[in-house]
Amino acid sequence: MTDIVLKTEGLTKHYGGVHALDDADFEIRQGEHVAIMGDNGAGKSTFVRQITAVEQRTQGKIWFDGDYVEFDGPLEAREAGIETVFQTLALADDLNVPDNLFLGRELVKLKLGPFSILDYKAMRESTLSGLEKTGVKIPNIGNAIRNMSGGQRQCVAIARTATFHSKLTIMDEPTAALGVQETAQVENIIRTLKEQNESLILISHNMRQVMDLMDRIVVFRRGRIVANLRKEDTHGEDVVAYITGAKTQDDYAGAA
Amino acid sequence: MAETTHGIGGLTFDPRKREMPAEIGVALALVLIVAVFEALGWLLMNDSFLFNTRDNVDGLFNVARLKIIILQVSIIGIIAIGVTQVIITGGIDLSSGSVVGATAMIAMSFAQAGEIYGNPNDRAVFFEQGLVDLPIIVPLIVGLACGVVAGGINGLLVGYTRIPPFIATLGMMVTARGVAKWWTKGQPVSFPTDSYAAIGAGMMPVVIFGLIAILFGLALKFTVYGKHTYAIGSSEDAARMSGIKVARHKVLVYTIAGLLAAVAAIVLSSKNLTAQAGMGIMYELDAIAMAVIGGVSLTGGRGSITGTVLGAMIFGVIISGFTFLKLDAYYQEMVKGAIIVGAVVLDQWRQRRKASKVEK
Repeated sequence: MTDIVLKTEGLTKHYGGVHALDDADFEIRQGEHVAIMGDNGAGKSTFVRQITAVEQRTQGKIWFDGDYVEFDGPLEAREAGIETVFQTLALADDLNVPDNLFLGRELVKLKLGPFSILDYKAMRESTLSGLEKTGVKIPNIGNAIRNMSGGQRQCVAIARTATFHSKLTIMDEPTAALGVQETAQVENIIRTLKEQNESLILISHNMRQVMDLMDRIVVFRRGRIVANLRKEDTHGEDVVAYITGAKTQDDYAGAA
Repeated sequence: MAETTHGIGGLTFDPRKREMPAEIGVALALVLIVAVFEALGWLLMNDSFLFNTRDNVDGLFNVARLKIIILQVSIIGIIAIGVTQVIITGGIDLSSGSVVGATAMIAMSFAQAGEIYGNPNDRAVFFEQGLVDLPIIVPLIVGLACGVVAGGINGLLVGYTRIPPFIATLGMMVTARGVAKWWTKGQPVSFPTDSYAAIGAGMMPVVIFGLIAILFGLALKFTVYGKHTYAIGSSEDAARMSGIKVARHKVLVYTIAGLLAAVAAIVLSSKNLTAQAGMGIMYELDAIAMAVIGGVSLTGGRGSITGTVLGAMIFGVIISGFTFLKLDAYYQEMVKGAIIVGAVVLDQWRQRRKASKVEK
């Protein structure tokens, strides 16, 4: 199948004797929005860190965009088209919006090694179109990020993914630290991505958000995947039962 | 809520709240200090600080004073350009003064004339080896290499070990001063060739300072180098996650700082026609002070070459002003100290005010 954007098989990560992630089989299709849920320490973030090559996996295989991949580091994964919004956002406070969007992959007019001349105009224009795509309105993108609120910063971090036409966006609890209005804005961006048929993996503890926005829910428990649920076939209490360990799907019975 | 100032989700952005660049505040402070000296001049000395009052000289301004103001800070100013970049990455360089000393001694010993007033200069460091009257390029390359080595070691220590920049460059400060003294066992090195003496003659230090300031001012604003320098100082983690090679970049920044300290050493020894092991003592602190007065934040991420140049000018104006008012040099240092602290307090107050504005 060519419309499978990402597929993992037997993905495993051990930290010394701790099995943080065991034998995870996962796939996501083009345009699909999948939630990853689970208790703290269930292996959600570990799973993301293996896909994005922030860490190197102990075992297992990853296919991305049809090809078997072994990324050396996060930059390589990003160049391939996996864009991640980390919990910590990874923004430089003193730089403005375009600078942050293009941090580490600046557009240049003239290549002179480290002293390559920046192409501010092109970066500004791509930023504006990226913001438009996500529906984020920032009239003054020339201001430093430092003076923006949590929600605005989150939007900038998310807009980064849109600007680069990523094939897969991963968001690690994007609304955990946000207020009601700001959460609404981030959710709007997620809806926009859905309309544009972009694939998304969302790590979230917010059941309402997941039920509203996602197509499918994958539940992690103690380093293993214990359920793979279509939204239509499940409901909040059901998901909670899987998260807490009250239930385990038949397919994953061995994992319990 | 006006349509132009809000995004979805009730986010407000007001284009009128565009930040005032910190440099404007520094420039205003410079103007204010000049005005104070001008007023004090008329009150106490019955003379103008800034303007020409001599009948036998043409021109509106007291050009001689203006030249001295900038000349006396241009050599430390060169160092401050390098230090500014280090501070923007969130680091500090305490070694520049000692690197000036060591580089001046070593470079000068390769720039000595073979004859003084027709007599052989047999006290030249490399007289016996016949290394006198060498072409100008030799002391230049040797001197700049000293700076690159010292700065490079600083950069490697800061970038690849977990040693804080304060400690790494403190070590280099002590070591380089040791090298400066050891090189000739404490003897001064004098009598450079004419071509070496020409480097720092007259207003040349100002020209060199100006060129270097423009070069790195542009590099910080318009190149990837500059962007990464600010990014690292702003958030090292973000820079790393964005794929910037943080350690490698730090090596580059500290090496440039060392290189500029070496340039200052060459200009200084050429201007003074001699090099001594004690040269450049406290220069590192003056350079840091110039940057700080110019609005460079010691926590990194903020500041500019323009600011540092203005900071250097403030230094120059204060020194000249006190001389003009015939006040002792002791007062100069006391006031300098107060201005350094005042600049940081003002900057923090400005930052806090800006932050509280956003929360509204």
